[in-house]
Amino acid sequence: MKRKRVSYAKYGYLFSLPFVVTFLVCTLYPIVYTGIIGFTNLKGSTMAFTDAKFLPSLGQGLWDNFVDTLKAPTFHTALLNTVKMWIINFIPQITLALILAAWFTNNQKKIKAQGFFKVVFYLPNIITAATIGILFANLFAYPKGPINDILLQLGFIDNPYDFSRSATASQLNVSFMQFWTWYGNTMIVLIAGILGINPEMYEAAEIDGANGNQQFFYITIPNLKTMLLYTLVTSLIGGMQMFDIPRVFQNGLPQNATLTATLYIYTQAFSGTYQYNKAAAASLVVFVIISIFSALLFVVLKDKDEAKLHKIIKQQEREYRKKVKLAKQQLLKEGR
Amino acid sequence: MDTNIKVFPRFQPFKVIIYIVCIFLAALSLFPFIIMIVNSTRSTPEIQGTAVSLIPSSYLARNYTILTSKDIFDPIRGFVNSIIISTGATLCSVYFSTLTAYAIVVYEWKARRGFFTFIMAIMMIPGVVVSIGFYKMVYAVGLANNFLPLIIPGIAAPAMVFFMRQYMIPALPLEIIQSARIDGAGEFYTFNKIALPIMKPAIATQGIMAFVGNWNNLFMPLILLTQKKMYTMPIMVSLLKGDIYKVEYGSVYLGLTLTVLPLFVVYFLLSKYIIAGIAVGSVKG
Repeated sequence: MKRKRVSYAKYGYLFSLPFVVTFLVCTLYPIVYTGIIGFTNLKGSTMAFTDAKFLPSLGQGLWDNFVDTLKAPTFHTALLNTVKMWIINFIPQITLALILAAWFTNNQKKIKAQGFFKVVFYLPNIITAATIGILFANLFAYPKGPINDILLQLGFIDNPYDFSRSATASQLNVSFMQFWTWYGNTMIVLIAGILGINPEMYEAAEIDGANGNQQFFYITIPNLKTMLLYTLVTSLIGGMQMFDIPRVFQNGLPQNATLTATLYIYTQAFSGTYQYNKAAAASLVVFVIISIFSALLFVVLKDKDEAKLHKIIKQQEREYRKKVKLAKQQLLKEGR
Repeated sequence: MDTNIKVFPRFQPFKVIIYIVCIFLAALSLFPFIIMIVNSTRSTPEIQGTAVSLIPSSYLARNYTILTSKDIFDPIRGFVNSIIISTGATLCSVYFSTLTAYAIVVYEWKARRGFFTFIMAIMMIPGVVVSIGFYKMVYAVGLANNFLPLIIPGIAAPAMVFFMRQYMIPALPLEIIQSARIDGAGEFYTFNKIALPIMKPAIATQGIMAFVGNWNNLFMPLILLTQKKMYTMPIMVSLLKGDIYKVEYGSVYLGLTLTVLPLFVVYFLLSKYIIAGIAVGSVKG
């Protein structure tokens, strides 16, 4: 008996439609819009987009906003600060997370109260970044503040220290907040990664007499490579967009020491002179930088096995079609 | 056999170091919050006297009066606004992400593979590059100071679609859908009545994460909401650093505490799911 086959393909399109429409309206269109603004003279809080003109029609170069942005010393400072504060936070973060993950997954050491430690280490990550920024600004208050108090009582300093006036201290502080809020998250990700490694490898290593350190460097690290790269790239992408903490903590001060790329864009667009065009150009520059990192992640995340399988299927299809074609030609020849 | 030898647990100095480090880090995680909570009950002169104290004082009510008297920080309004936005955006995200994942997993359609690749490609689009165009667009259509532009974009959450797909492939056997079809169920009905309940664990973890993410979001609300009565919790917090509260230390600490408390409650009730969620989300299924 032949059954009538119903095609359900249309539901695939139908059910992904809300996602696609929302993406087009709320993400793609704004990006294109941002891009267009980057080539216009749109600025000031009252200017409508319809009144904006493309730069060439005003006798300026098409890429002037981008050139200006890339030449602006403040933008350089912002990019440099972002990268600097990210590196200062990331190196200790990944190191500590890796060490903790190795300890917590070690079968011989059997660390107790792991659940408690995980919950507490992760805690800062769940708290509003803006709250943490303000909280730390208060903890480091001058002349009277908890940190100054503690340092005075311990005898590390003789007079209260004004952390907010020191560029280095402010940057270190932002880096520390980032480190403090994210190492728990990274640790949990890495623990999941280590638990995913085949336990037989460790058993075999133990039988061969490998000690804890050897197991860590010769089994854990090599097997965690993809995971570490994933952590690195996602952290870098997030770090490039650092905004909440620097904004509420010191709002770029002192002397632009805590000015990040996103904060620069925000300040250009939404305060003072409302230079939407310059801000749009800057955000596209940041977008390009992040896209490069994302491309890297994309290559890493891409399912290699699935890709291989797809290739094989495609090849088989091609061979099948070739055979059909040959068979047809054969038939035609015979027919003649 | 020598039965006299008792086996003592070997003393491991290394293990002691591990515990010291862990306890130190735990203290580091909790210390700022403890100071914050204690100081929210103390008066400004007390805090200026000794900034670090573990003994609560009796100025909680007074601090609250000062905090709310400045006509900026309205914790109840901020709480309600944040709840509306976070709940709305989270519901949009989990429902439509599951629906989109369902479209990718269950149906054979031409663009399916390409669509999934596309979702992975757009996962990392930074909010910054969307912000200026989105701001201008929202203002042009007159939706500034409206919660909708903060809720609707939740429908397109590529990272969550990715997660839902990874979870759905092993969890949702296609035979169930086949049998539902034989029983005459419509496709949309099957999704709502069969797929959604099966996806509950994934929806729970992703929902919590999305809710917290939306709750904590500062950038977009700061751009789109300019009226005081629309302010969310993070916007109100960001105002605590202004000149108005310059000398009211106790009130500032109280304001911070009020924004943290709901998160604490959610976290300590659901930490198990949250931590499991991060672990699962990071490992490709």
